[in-house]
Amino acid sequence: MEKLEVKGLHHHFGFTEILRDISFTLDKGEVLSIVGPSGGGKTTLLHLCADLLDVEEGSVTNSFASSSYAFQEDRLLPWKNVIDNIALGLLAKGDKKSVAIEKSQEIALKFGLEEEDFEKFPKDLSGGMKQRVSFARALVVKPSLLFLDEPFSALDIGLKKELQAILIEMISKKEISVLFITHDLMEAIRLSDEILLLKADPGHIVKKFQYDLPQDKRDDKYVYGESAKILQDDEIIDTFELELR
Amino acid sequence: MNSLLKILKDFPAYLWSGWGAIASILLFIAFWDAGNQIYGDLVLPSPLETFKTLMSMLQDESVITEIKVTLYRASMGFGISLLFGSALGLIAGFFATASMMSRPIVTILVGMPPIAWIVLAMIWFGMGDETVIFTVVVASFPIIFVGALQGTRTLDGDLKEMADSFGLPWHMKFFDVYFPHIFSYVFPAWVSGLGMAWKIVIMAELLATSDGMGASLAVARSQLDTPTALALVVIMIGSLMFIEYIILEPIKREVELWRS
Repeated sequence: MEKLEVKGLHHHFGFTEILRDISFTLDKGEVLSIVGPSGGGKTTLLHLCADLLDVEEGSVTNSFASSSYAFQEDRLLPWKNVIDNIALGLLAKGDKKSVAIEKSQEIALKFGLEEEDFEKFPKDLSGGMKQRVSFARALVVKPSLLFLDEPFSALDIGLKKELQAILIEMISKKEISVLFITHDLMEAIRLSDEILLLKADPGHIVKKFQYDLPQDKRDDKYVYGESAKILQDDEIIDTFELELR
Repeated sequence: MNSLLKILKDFPAYLWSGWGAIASILLFIAFWDAGNQIYGDLVLPSPLETFKTLMSMLQDESVITEIKVTLYRASMGFGISLLFGSALGLIAGFFATASMMSRPIVTILVGMPPIAWIVLAMIWFGMGDETVIFTVVVASFPIIFVGALQGTRTLDGDLKEMADSFGLPWHMKFFDVYFPHIFSYVFPAWVSGLGMAWKIVIMAELLATSDGMGASLAVARSQLDTPTALALVVIMIGSLMFIEYIILEPIKREVELWRS
């Protein structure tokens, strides 16, 4: 059984404690969200899980066959065109160039890019298009585990829904497991099986929320309803320092 | 390979875009001719006379030999700078201490006037190839070094992280992530280093040798042979323009296509 297991994770930058005693398990086919205010150590946690930072204390065990990472910014290579950017992960895996190009073109079309965009460099793309390309690059490798670092936060509402719909389709087919980081509660409720609330200074988990309804059955009414409920929660109010009047 | 083909394919269109440049050169020659009519042949020979002298010089075996000598010195000096400047600059860029320590040295190298280097080199190496080559190296090395240093210093940490997250093997990391970025800094530095080398070689030859184009220029000066002096200048400028606009610019356009 593939899973990601985090046990007793602590992390420091210099003398500043960033994360304290984080433990959780992400099973295959599950979507786990970590929500919390900005600057609360969420990205650090994700970097540790994705092996982009060295673990200092505690353990991260990742038995997923493959993983990929979608960043908050697009992080495209400015000297490569759209298709070559998408193909990057495939080539790194050892796919043949022609196969990689073909797969990349296929997914690019699925993600709403036009054939005339294929040869363009990132400088000629709009912000939303860049994010599509970045998302396609992360998903074209068919990862069994996907790390998402607020990839929707800079997008307009239409594009956000579009990309989420693609993700939800993959989730409901149990093709993918997701570790998702966000400060947007509604987004988390729409996508996750489980939400961990990360409180800042230092980052530690204060509460867990479970959502059992399958993602493709969750309509706007469900998401709004659950969001309203969660916003009444004392821990949420405290963590996000919401002043409800 | 593909980019080479693309450079060749785009070349005619690039040449066609050169009409404006040609017009401005012709305008310059017109002003030159006006200057000739005002000041007379001794001070400023007419373009026609200059080009006639140029043609007869180019048919003269000994002039060609002088040009070859100069070319040899310039390319030796520039080649050494290119090799060591790029290599050392890249290495220095990877280490914070090395780049910090190299800065004042670069300032000294850049700040010291080439003419002072020539005097020192004449004392150290005497009158000959070494003096000229040394001066060329000293003048063009820091330009290339700084370019390469900047290239590695400014590598994007975010893109490195992205490359790590996809598990790019080292050769892909180098060719797809680091190299294009570094090259976009190093290549312009090569171009300006080359321009510098070509100017310095003439100056060093004029002062420190008895052969080469610089020395020919010195002879022309002592004989008040203005047409020959101007013809030599035309050769220098012409060759620099050829290298810059016909060879380097098309390459630059291709490799910097992705830049906004």
